[in-house]
Amino acid sequence: MKELSQRLLGPVTFALLALTIWLGLWVTPPDKVQGNLVRLLYVHPAVAWVALYVSFGTATIASCLYLWKRTRSWDMDRIAHCAMEVSVVFIILTLITGSIWGRPTWGVWWAWDARLTSTAILGVLALGYLALRRANDDPTLRAKRSAVFAIVSAINVPIIHFSVQWWKTLHQGATVFTSNRQLLVHGSMAWTLLISFVGFTLLFFWLLRARYRLEVERDAAYRAAFDEAVSLRQREGVL
Amino acid sequence: MIRIAWLVAKKDLRIEARSRVLLWQVVPFGAMALLLTGLALGPAHAGNSSAGPGLFYLVMLFVALLMINRSQVLESTPGTRASIATLGLDPAGVFLGKTLALCVELWVTGLVLLAGTVLVLHTALHGAFLALPSVLVTLGALAAAGTLYGAMTAGGEGAATLLPVLCLPAFAPLLIAGERAFSAALTHGGLWEWWVIVVVALVAYVGVGILLYGVLEES
Repeated sequence: MKELSQRLLGPVTFALLALTIWLGLWVTPPDKVQGNLVRLLYVHPAVAWVALYVSFGTATIASCLYLWKRTRSWDMDRIAHCAMEVSVVFIILTLITGSIWGRPTWGVWWAWDARLTSTAILGVLALGYLALRRANDDPTLRAKRSAVFAIVSAINVPIIHFSVQWWKTLHQGATVFTSNRQLLVHGSMAWTLLISFVGFTLLFFWLLRARYRLEVERDAAYRAAFDEAVSLRQREGVL
Repeated sequence: MIRIAWLVAKKDLRIEARSRVLLWQVVPFGAMALLLTGLALGPAHAGNSSAGPGLFYLVMLFVALLMINRSQVLESTPGTRASIATLGLDPAGVFLGKTLALCVELWVTGLVLLAGTVLVLHTALHGAFLALPSVLVTLGALAAAGTLYGAMTAGGEGAATLLPVLCLPAFAPLLIAGERAFSAALTHGGLWEWWVIVVVALVAYVGVGILLYGVLEES
């Protein structure tokens, strides 16, 4: 069952993304106010959802589990690292798709808006996480420091989420649900949005799984190279 | 914990008082940076008091990075971390002590630079006095965050260059809030919302530091 779900993850992901493209470009109607520009919104919120909550959240939870001694394992460190790498990709995609939407809507590619700025800050924090990992050769030191950094950086996620309420700036507030949890989007538009959210979430897990496998193989190759170097030195009589 | 914090803070401040790095290197650097930012703006804009808060916090950012790095260098002499671990000092106390020492150093530099903004950038003296509490709290939050980030980069490859990469995005909300609070004090505007951000950040960084500094130390 587990193997079947792993095998199906890729095809289902790409089928859903293809369905999103078809529904978003050909089936759904243009918006009353935004016209065809609304089609970009079948991508941007879903990408942002993955960037901020799914991938950054996964990295933060895995970091917490690594720091908690009962659940500490290299797997958790690897998951945190891989999720953060995928997060960087999705944060960049969020900023790019938002910028493409912002140019015709707001008249500028970039605005000093609270949500845009705080998302960009999160992107730099994610890059900082990757830089921190590269700066430490000792695996334990690297894992602990980067786990603490991920947890501290996660403080920025609620700031981004509530930024549109705390500061009345350019970026619109919640547009899918009202504050009373009433759906604001209907019909084919709502279905396309839902499929897009599921598709991009599955894409995250597909990418995470692929990156995780690569990391496991890299660690194995590193250990094999290290053992070989040690045995070579032992044969030479150095050790 | 408080006793250890006090001991560590006294140790760091004593080293600072004896080496006089703060007095002869950091404060002159800050004053020079403040002058240069004024020059960069040009005579027409440097005298505009509205530029004062932003430039003050920009220079404080540079100063804070220097001092965080220095605070961690004090611990990186051979055997220091091992001694702390062997003595069984409470890491939370060590964190609080280092934060306190860094905070005092930032306050001293901040007061000098605040006087500098009044003199050089023509920031209103009355406004600067009103902004003083928010400046002190913001610098306290910077000290707590800086101590935490400094411990993350200590001893790593390229620690001096990595520190700004990690600190700048974390400091950005604090600096924005501090600058807005300062500007609000100058224009007698609403202060409380910026105060909230700074105080919440201070509490969050101190809390996280107390909880997690031990993990960084044991590594």
